[in-house]
Amino acid sequence: MPSTQTYRRLYVWEMPVRLYHWLNALAIAVLAVTGYLIGRPFTVGYAQEASFQYWFGTVRFLHFMAGYVFLFNMLVRTYWGFVGNRFASWDKFIPLNRQAWRDIVEVLRIDILQTRGTGPIHIGHNRLAGLIYFVTFFIFMFQGLTGFALYGPNSHSVFGNLAAWVVPLMGSEAVVRQWHHAMLWFYVLFTLVHVYLVFYHDYVEGRGTTSSMVGGWKFEREDRLDD
Amino acid sequence: MPRAGNSLWEVMREKGYSRRDFMQFCTFAATAAGLGTNASAAVAKAFEKKDRPPVLWLHFQECTCCSESFIRASHPMVADVLLDAISLDYDETLQAAAGHQAEKCKADVMKASAGKYILLVEGSVPTKENGVFCMIGGRTAEDILKEAAAGAAAIVAWGNCASYGCVQAAKPNPTGATAIQKLVNKPVINVPGCPPIADVMVAIVTHILMFGRMPELDSQGRPKEFYSRRVHDTCYRRPYYDAGLFVETFDDDNARKGYCLYKMGCRGPLTYNACSVTKWNGGTSYPIQSGHGCLGCSENGFWDNGPFYRHLPSFPGFGIESTADTVGLTLGAAAAVGVAAHAVSTNIRKRKLIHDQVVEAVKDTPDSKEVE
Ligand code: HEM
Ligand code: HEM
Ligand code: SF4
Ligand code: SF4
Repeated sequence: MPSTQTYRRLYVWEMPVRLYHWLNALAIAVLAVTGYLIGRPFTVGYAQEASFQYWFGTVRFLHFMAGYVFLFNMLVRTYWGFVGNRFASWDKFIPLNRQAWRDIVEVLRIDILQTRGTGPIHIGHNRLAGLIYFVTFFIFMFQGLTGFALYGPNSHSVFGNLAAWVVPLMGSEAVVRQWHHAMLWFYVLFTLVHVYLVFYHDYVEGRGTTSSMVGGWKFEREDRLDD
Repeated sequence: MPRAGNSLWEVMREKGYSRRDFMQFCTFAATAAGLGTNASAAVAKAFEKKDRPPVLWLHFQECTCCSESFIRASHPMVADVLLDAISLDYDETLQAAAGHQAEKCKADVMKASAGKYILLVEGSVPTKENGVFCMIGGRTAEDILKEAAAGAAAIVAWGNCASYGCVQAAKPNPTGATAIQKLVNKPVINVPGCPPIADVMVAIVTHILMFGRMPELDSQGRPKEFYSRRVHDTCYRRPYYDAGLFVETFDDDNARKGYCLYKMGCRGPLTYNACSVTKWNGGTSYPIQSGHGCLGCSENGFWDNGPFYRHLPSFPGFGIESTADTVGLTLGAAAAVGVAAHAVSTNIRKRKLIHDQVVEAVKDTPDSKEVE
């Protein structure tokens, strides 16, 4: 290990990426809570007449509104994958060459076998994280499609009609709802593991991973900056 | 005996109906087809002149609830006219003829009126084991269906069986029960329901007779007029749903007050049918009005999305008590335990590495003394 370590401050996550990240996290939090309530409405006090309360309607409204935020946010991020900086680029998510797969194995070794890392650490997403976000992207799409397919009959929304084909494909709305609901748990699992891994990498790498999604900056030792 | 060649009015008159009865029928037909009462004169004109097409009604794997429903149409004359005057030239349940005589009658119709007759099909068709599970007159259902479909002007699939396969197609579908639309390569009018509403059935047949073509269908082949809205959209308990006022058990006070049955497993929010508008038994009531949730009987695969008295269906492969939430919660707990274990092991295995780094970094900073 070199005796002198100078750290450079690197601008990694541009504003649209950060905005996407937190809007997405917020939308998903709202969707997960309201979605769970739609699936299992709790018992409220039954003192009032129906005409004086609308809580279930409001929960559903919040779900649909957050659904729109979720969709458009995802579309903007996809666009940014083509025009943003190299850390935001779409090709960071897809392991297209041998080196990328070797990196994935390396990250797995660090994370699971907990060995000491040897190669250079990626400044942006590591390759494994990138691949997981890529898979996640399809699950986001699945949730958006099943969600808007269910939303269609509730509204005159163009987006609902655009997703109408999902229902006959999956068999019936009961099946669509079943899987839309089941996927709620994917988000719970993902968030749990994702947040843990962010903290974990922050801890073992010491480069300010967590705060990078807030301010955009990461810190890297100069001797490692060959990436 | 096929009576093709007579108009509806002529047949009715022959049967002893009055002109007034006929006009009443035309008015019903006009409204059923969505034309409004003042179109009844035009309808009458059509029924006076137009030749009445023969109708064949085939029965395959079914329970006859569709036929039972049909003969209980709210306008008794309508069912009467359709069954009696319009004639079913072949219907195993209702025809007088039997055996070879009946089969010959059907063959005659298919020959004499090729391309003109209306084919109504009740029941699904088994396809496993070469279709031995349903044979009539020594022939398989599939064979009979394909032959009859070839010359039909219009094909109607009655009920969930013919539209989607219904209970026979429920997992594991031992007979390979298959929907009509999957076996014939012609457009099929699907009229799902277990059974479909009598007045809906009558209206659809009337529509075909009157216009000589199919009603407008949605992407799943269902007439838009009756299947474009969910039971939930026009349910009179809907305000309770929006207010979050739910029946919790069938014998609680909320049930007595008529609150929404969503938590009792009501499938109204995902079921396309006319129950809450047309209602049953001549507009008397419909299941939800009688205090029972919708089972989703007009939906594809509704038997496999049980249990009926719970909102969330069982999660496939995890037994009847499990829902997506039980499975998800278990996975969530497992992940939390995994994460905690990983955190502990990180602190054990990487402690030295991190300690070295921290000490090094701190040493290198100019004001390291203060920190140390
Ligand atoms: C992270 C994303 C999402 C999660 C976790 C989620 C979760 C859920 C859950 C658990 C349900 C209850 C299902 C049930 O048991 O019946 C639900 C219902 C529903 N969701 Fe989502 N959802 C998400 C995204 C969306 C999106 C993007 C839309 C599109 C607008 C959407 C539209 C709907 C609709 C229409 C329903 C049915 C509500 C009703 O008819 O009352 N969801 N969602
Ligand atoms: C305290 C909460 C969270 C923190 C500190 C956090 C932090 C981060 C960081 C630092 C990254 C980039 C690191 C890397 O490349 O591995 C990231 C990426 C990402 N996070 Fe989070 N996150 C949080 C919550 C969430 C939640 C709740 C979700 C959604 C369920 C989420 C979804 C994502 C996605 C999709 C990316 C990829 C972003 C992109 O490149 O566009 N995060 N997060
Ligand atoms: S009883 Fe069923 S159909 Fe009626 S509002 Fe409630 S959930 Fe919808
Ligand atoms: S309310 Fe539902 S289950 Fe009952 S008859 Fe109508 S569609 Fe079928």
